[in-house]
Amino acid sequence: MSTATTEPPVIEIDHLTKYYGRREVISDLSLQVARGTIYGFLGRNGMGKTTTIRTFLGLEDATRGSARVFGLDSRTLPPEARARIGYLPEGHHVYGWMTVKECGQFQASYYPAWNQDIFETVLTHFRLTAKMKAGHLSRGQRAGLCLALTLAPEPELLVLDDPALGLDPVARRSLLQSMLYVTRKADRTIFFSSHLLSDVERVADRIAVLDGKVLRADCTVEKFRQQIRHFVLKFRDQPPPTPNFPGLLESFRTDRELALTVVNYTPQMENRLEALQPMSIEPVDLTLEDAFISYVGERGEKTFFTNGKDAR
Amino acid sequence: MLAFSLVPTSDVPIYRQIVQHIRRAVAQGKLQLGEQLPPGRTLAEELVINPNTVARAYQELIRDGVLESRSGVGVFVAARVRQVFSQAERDRRLAHAIEQVLYEALLLDFSLPEVRSALEEQWKTHQTQTQAGGRK
Repeated sequence: MSTATTEPPVIEIDHLTKYYGRREVISDLSLQVARGTIYGFLGRNGMGKTTTIRTFLGLEDATRGSARVFGLDSRTLPPEARARIGYLPEGHHVYGWMTVKECGQFQASYYPAWNQDIFETVLTHFRLTAKMKAGHLSRGQRAGLCLALTLAPEPELLVLDDPALGLDPVARRSLLQSMLYVTRKADRTIFFSSHLLSDVERVADRIAVLDGKVLRADCTVEKFRQQIRHFVLKFRDQPPPTPNFPGLLESFRTDRELALTVVNYTPQMENRLEALQPMSIEPVDLTLEDAFISYVGERGEKTFFTNGKDAR
Repeated sequence: MLAFSLVPTSDVPIYRQIVQHIRRAVAQGKLQLGEQLPPGRTLAEELVINPNTVARAYQELIRDGVLESRSGVGVFVAARVRQVFSQAERDRRLAHAIEQVLYEALLLDFSLPEVRSALEEQWKTHQTQTQAGGRK
């Protein structure tokens, strides 16, 4: 749990906007990550997650706005500050000609605080041995090696860009264990992007959802789940036309039912649903994945196999 | 003792799954009254989940009187399960549980006397088990 409120956030992004040429990829994004938090960064592909990460790490310039890490301007992070950050870029790149051991020695030469025990523990977790050639590793093993290289310097801030991409279930579990292991020390912070919502739910304290260049949610996992509600309305006959009201994410109609997914559920919305005079209104629990898909999926009405026309 | 697996793709949030599991274990006598629970961190490691999630589950169970926290020692199953719920809330919870049984029984085409006798039988078995299970 995050502690002192007086402490500056570990990551602080302030009205960040980014253009590639004329294309806006991030629009006015602000977020803060408190020390000690495991922060899950969600969003569909191409929504600017990697760009956001690269910008606050100082690897790319913002078009407008600013970012700070440890209270320092991202554009001018001194080497001492960088040494406190562990960054695992997307794709698990390794130097293929080196052995696992050589990769470790190479990386260690840059980090005074290198912890060989951690390096070896993570390797064992992923069943890697010193003599293996990095270029011959499987995807999961490569991920393990990269993770070991990133964790061994004991970074205060760990930034993982889609670390679970292409991993099998066993490797994914090892990844989660490693992440939780790192944050046993209360001052360690993890910022990670992922598409695997069940993993996110297991480990994340908070999540941010990036959708269409814009940050749409920044809250605890539980809050996110509570905010997105799903109701099935049953009717004696054909359901009335779908009402349109703010907060309606998705609707789905069948012969006698109308299923609605809404965000920021309020008593007023309940009145709206009642006004349709259904026979019954049944709330349905959503999984985090369902909630996420409703939230960032295509908005609007969906009908079953009818190309948008009324059922039947 | 607390061995269980989570269903992370479930529509039941993880902390609630833990709450439900512990409640059931206490009711079934698998967790003895006064028995100590593993530290939140240990359970979190075992389940590979965020320790705050376990802490949250424990908090809720403490609030509900199922568990109690002894400062500096740990978390225990409450020596005597306190009734912290109002009569109305107890009624609501019982009605909810019975509703589940009712639907299942109707689907499986059981009659009320059959359900009643099945319930009585389980009730008795449970009584004998928890008594034989050694309430120290």
